Amino acid sequence: MDRKIYLDNASTTYVSNEVLNEMLPCFNTIYGNAGSLHSFGRSSVAVLDKARDRIKEAINAKKSSEIYFTSGGTEADNWAVIGIAHAYANKGKHIITSQIEHHAVLNACHYLEKEGYQVTYLPVDETGLVNITELLHAIKKGTTLISIMAVNNEVGTIQNIKTIAKIAHDYDVVFHSDAVQAIGNLNINVQDMEIDALSISGHKIHGPKGVGALYVKSGVKIDPITFGGDSQERGKRAGTENVAGIAGLGKAVETACRNQALTSRKLKSTRDYFVEKLSEKVEYFQINGHKHQKSNAILNVSFYGVEGESLLMLLDLAGICVSTSSACTSKSLLPSHVLKAMKVPDEIAQGSIRFSFGINTSKSDIDYVVEEIRKAINKLRAISPVQPGRF
Amino acid sequence: MYSKTVLERFQNPKNAGSMHGANAVGQVGNAACGDIMKMYLKINDNGVIENAKFKTFGCCAAIASTDIACDLIKGKTIDEALKVTNKDVVSLLGELPAHKIHCSILAEESIRAAIENYYKKKEKELKKANKQN
Repeated sequence: MDRKIYLDNASTTYVSNEVLNEMLPCFNTIYGNAGSLHSFGRSSVAVLDKARDRIKEAINAKKSSEIYFTSGGTEADNWAVIGIAHAYANKGKHIITSQIEHHAVLNACHYLEKEGYQVTYLPVDETGLVNITELLHAIKKGTTLISIMAVNNEVGTIQNIKTIAKIAHDYDVVFHSDAVQAIGNLNINVQDMEIDALSISGHKIHGPKGVGALYVKSGVKIDPITFGGDSQERGKRAGTENVAGIAGLGKAVETACRNQALTSRKLKSTRDYFVEKLSEKVEYFQINGHKHQKSNAILNVSFYGVEGESLLMLLDLAGICVSTSSACTSKSLLPSHVLKAMKVPDEIAQGSIRFSFGINTSKSDIDYVVEEIRKAINKLRAISPVQPGRF
Repeated sequence: MYSKTVLERFQNPKNAGSMHGANAVGQVGNAACGDIMKMYLKINDNGVIENAKFKTFGCCAAIASTDIACDLIKGKTIDEALKVTNKDVVSLLGELPAHKIHCSILAEESIRAAIENYYKKKEKELKKANKQN
């Protein structure tokens, strides 16, 4: 089978040509250490400054100095959660997050719990939305940070970020948002949305892997979690800057945000077409996530009576790349924590697949994918002891 | 991640499907862990497993494991079938990733569950026969 169709763009994307061209000179021409005082160093600093300016513009930060480069979305999330919690430890040791966050946030919270912090993991409703009333109840004296993702990576639900940010500020609490899946899919304006800290990743938006950024509003305190040279990233994030990666990140964020409205429209028509075709050809499935308030790039579908990994493998054999939202491919055998929080029953959660579309996904790709899904589903249901009709 | 045999058995299982006239049926596993296996056996009066088939809701390793388990017990007596372990399943599959070993254990359990079901049925039949006598 020669045909290859990549529907796993929420996992990672290819590096676009314009990003690659931005990066290439940084490998062998502009290769100075940005910490060096000489001309080679200064050339690299200029690259960093340009990328910082681009990101500042793209997310409407007030100052470029509010952008810090990291090794990716995970480090940005880890740092935001741990660094802000540490910086405000004198004020209190309680933080609030949700049950459906990425593990980069959840595991950072678990780490803080070991340090003696108290963490509230807010529940979500069946569409994946954080319950605002629960949030209001959870805030108490000593709460220093609320961290809620903008777009969920498994089901695509978009949270009411501005409302949550306003509530946080009413109680003088810092608000962080993991926007790794939001950049390029949602108009992110940190000043308008009153976001204090925001995590960004490069490789989800046609940038390189291994680079990301954390926006921290000036005036918001954050302790470093990396230690080394004092001069890098204004003493906040140690380690020689990944100049080429940062150049690529700057370009990727700029492009993704500039094209956001257009991309979203395109992805919506792709997703709607997919759902339409799927409804025509396949019986017994459900779409997980919010009906309208969700990213157009992600579609999470549970196929009744089949298990996600075996469906993934059959699709892979047909050249189609998707991902399971169940953790069955990892060492944990439990269903996805996101679907569980959304109260999707286990046997339905186990049959879920995340399709994440790209700007190049065509209608003919979708036709092929849906036909292959139909074949795979029929094959698996024929040998499944679980009857799809009984859900 | 998976051996050739696992993928081959997953794609083209030899023993998949339900069975007409099965006199032993066992089911193990649950949806929370992601695997449900149902084993159908036809055991003759001499206690020999004439045929074995399966239905599985689960990953590639689960489907391949049950398929191999059926092969392993076909033509064997009940006593011989009870000696089949998950290690036999794994060795015929080539190898299984460490976190998928539980699939082979479930396959072994599905054989036992089916045989247990066979004995329970026999016991009922005997009781019924005794009552009539």
